[in-house]
Amino acid sequence: MTTETIPISKANLSPIRRFLRWFFVRARGDSPFKTILIHAVLIMASIIAVYPVLRVVTISLRPNDTLLTTDLRIIPQNATLDNYKEVLFGAPDKNRKSDFFLWIWNSISVVTVTSIVSMILAAVSAYAFSRFKFPGRSAGLVFLLTTQMIPAGMLLLPLFIMLAQLKMINTSLGLIIAYSVSSVPLTIWTLKGYYDTIPVDLEEAALIDGASRYTTFTKIILPLSTPALAIAFLFSFMGGWSEYLVARVVLQRNDTFTWPLGIFTYAQQFTVSWGQFSAASVLIAIPVMILFLYSSKWLISGLTLGSVKG
Amino acid sequence: MASVTFDHISKRFGEMVAVNDLNIQVADKEFLVLVGPSGCGKTTALRCLAGLEEITGGQILIGERVVNDVAPKDRDIAMVFQSYALYPHLSVYDNMAFGLKLRKVPKDEIKRRVNEAADILGIQDLLGRKPRQLSGGQRQRVAVGRAIVREPKVFLFDEPLSNLDAKLRVQMRAEISKLHQRLQTTFIYVTHDQVEAMTMASRIAVINKGILQQIDTPQNLYDMPSNLFVAGFIGSPAMNFFPARLRKDGGTLLIDSGDFVLRIPAEHAKAYETHAGRDVVFGIRPENIHDADFVPSNIRAEKIEAKVDVTELMGNEIFLYLVTGKNTSVARVDPRSKVQIGNKSQFAFDMDKFHIFDAETEQAIR
Repeated sequence: MTTETIPISKANLSPIRRFLRWFFVRARGDSPFKTILIHAVLIMASIIAVYPVLRVVTISLRPNDTLLTTDLRIIPQNATLDNYKEVLFGAPDKNRKSDFFLWIWNSISVVTVTSIVSMILAAVSAYAFSRFKFPGRSAGLVFLLTTQMIPAGMLLLPLFIMLAQLKMINTSLGLIIAYSVSSVPLTIWTLKGYYDTIPVDLEEAALIDGASRYTTFTKIILPLSTPALAIAFLFSFMGGWSEYLVARVVLQRNDTFTWPLGIFTYAQQFTVSWGQFSAASVLIAIPVMILFLYSSKWLISGLTLGSVKG
Repeated sequence: MASVTFDHISKRFGEMVAVNDLNIQVADKEFLVLVGPSGCGKTTALRCLAGLEEITGGQILIGERVVNDVAPKDRDIAMVFQSYALYPHLSVYDNMAFGLKLRKVPKDEIKRRVNEAADILGIQDLLGRKPRQLSGGQRQRVAVGRAIVREPKVFLFDEPLSNLDAKLRVQMRAEISKLHQRLQTTFIYVTHDQVEAMTMASRIAVINKGILQQIDTPQNLYDMPSNLFVAGFIGSPAMNFFPARLRKDGGTLLIDSGDFVLRIPAEHAKAYETHAGRDVVFGIRPENIHDADFVPSNIRAEKIEAKVDVTELMGNEIFLYLVTGKNTSVARVDPRSKVQIGNKSQFAFDMDKFHIFDAETEQAIR
């Protein structure tokens, strides 16, 4: 005898029951209590994460005379884009010009070069760590990991002294070096983990096919490592994009500022232009959000790299 | 096209000796199969030839050239890997063209060679696909195709059929044999599967624990194994072994296993006389043990009694698992055989087709 499951037509269900069905079916058969608990926690976490951002948006839209209101509306009364205008184009009537695009340009150039440099350095050294046996290999890997455990604050003074002696204070190059130093070790670990999952057979096949070690690396390993390279690039980009502390130490001249330093010029000794501060923060978040959304595919696959054999 | 010489090759990994003083001459256009159990050093030997491992001692020659210090790419060889090792990010066409592009072969010539190889292997319609879109058998063909287009002097195969299902393996076996006939190039093929070795090779080298046991044609290996290992490794089901003592009774030489006594025919006896009174191992292949009711008329049979433990009907024959005292053995008997499980029956050993090995040295006595 066979048992048959009787399909329940969706049309027979009320909209509420249909929603509940959809809701719990999506929850992979967990108990209703567990599902509700999970969602409650997630909703709370989302609110905690999103609320401050919404406040920043609200403040950026407020006219200057209502900055300190306790009103909780997200779109405030008399909402205005004046703060954005002033951040982007300055205030010619008050004889203030905007440095916003300069800061963004400084940030983008420093962070992009940093990411590219550290990716190149990491890509080749990770290959050595993954494929070659040499004295000091495991010690080197552990050492690289250890450098990540030293807090950035502790490095500030030595970093400043070194860069000063190299006459690199107030230069982008100084900042690029400082950033690369901190992002290379982690990138090496990420890439090494990924290289380890690429079968050695492929390289051996290429060696027999007529490739040198270098060709094998560029024509086989690198193209296969695109997801790992993308995530490595993204991580070092993100790391540098919103960095304040090191930049504060290395850069002291207004025209060399990256945006985190730049927006602090809105906070003067006696007054803080919270409206512009917020507007600038929102503007800066937009390109990063786009980058994140665009790369989320790699981000998710990249985070599991090394754990799943490809 | 070239001959290949392993001249006293050794390969050590730290303390472990993977290949020990290997000497093999592979003639031009020969199909040599290296066979042995896993971990016996056969793959290491092949990898040494390919240049993927550095040898610890000896010389490898391809043609007249010593290639010890020659990079893999300059050895003019092509290799098919067990894992196929297709480049996942390249199409089938690009996989096959990869080596030629690196060698700066003109585009037209690359196209001609790839198409020709695709024709031979029947993968014309797969050229645009990526390896992950192919089945195991198709990947295998592409891997072979990648080797063919290179037109190398020597083809190396490292257990290329191990990942295929049984039916496909039989089919590819025949195709690789055909390919060898067609290309008329030296093939060196590593496998742990003695059936592959027997069916494809012009000569087989049996390796165990890094040491070459015997190298000969498949038929000679089967008929005249030089030691216990080769005798047990080649043939399926394996040869039956009975520890025994050679004993002389009057003018007749006898094999005494404790459970049965067999007379050695006078014309074979001469080779064994020096071992009279010594411990030996008596070996006989399953097909040389017959049900006593169906003994072919032209053989010299010695009858023994054995208990039937298990029967396996194969259709055209029956495998019987026999117990004689403390020894078990397998017999391939006539399918009409009426023996019953658990019963004792009479069986006949063909006394023109047996082997005797020295119990101590394990070498065949001839």
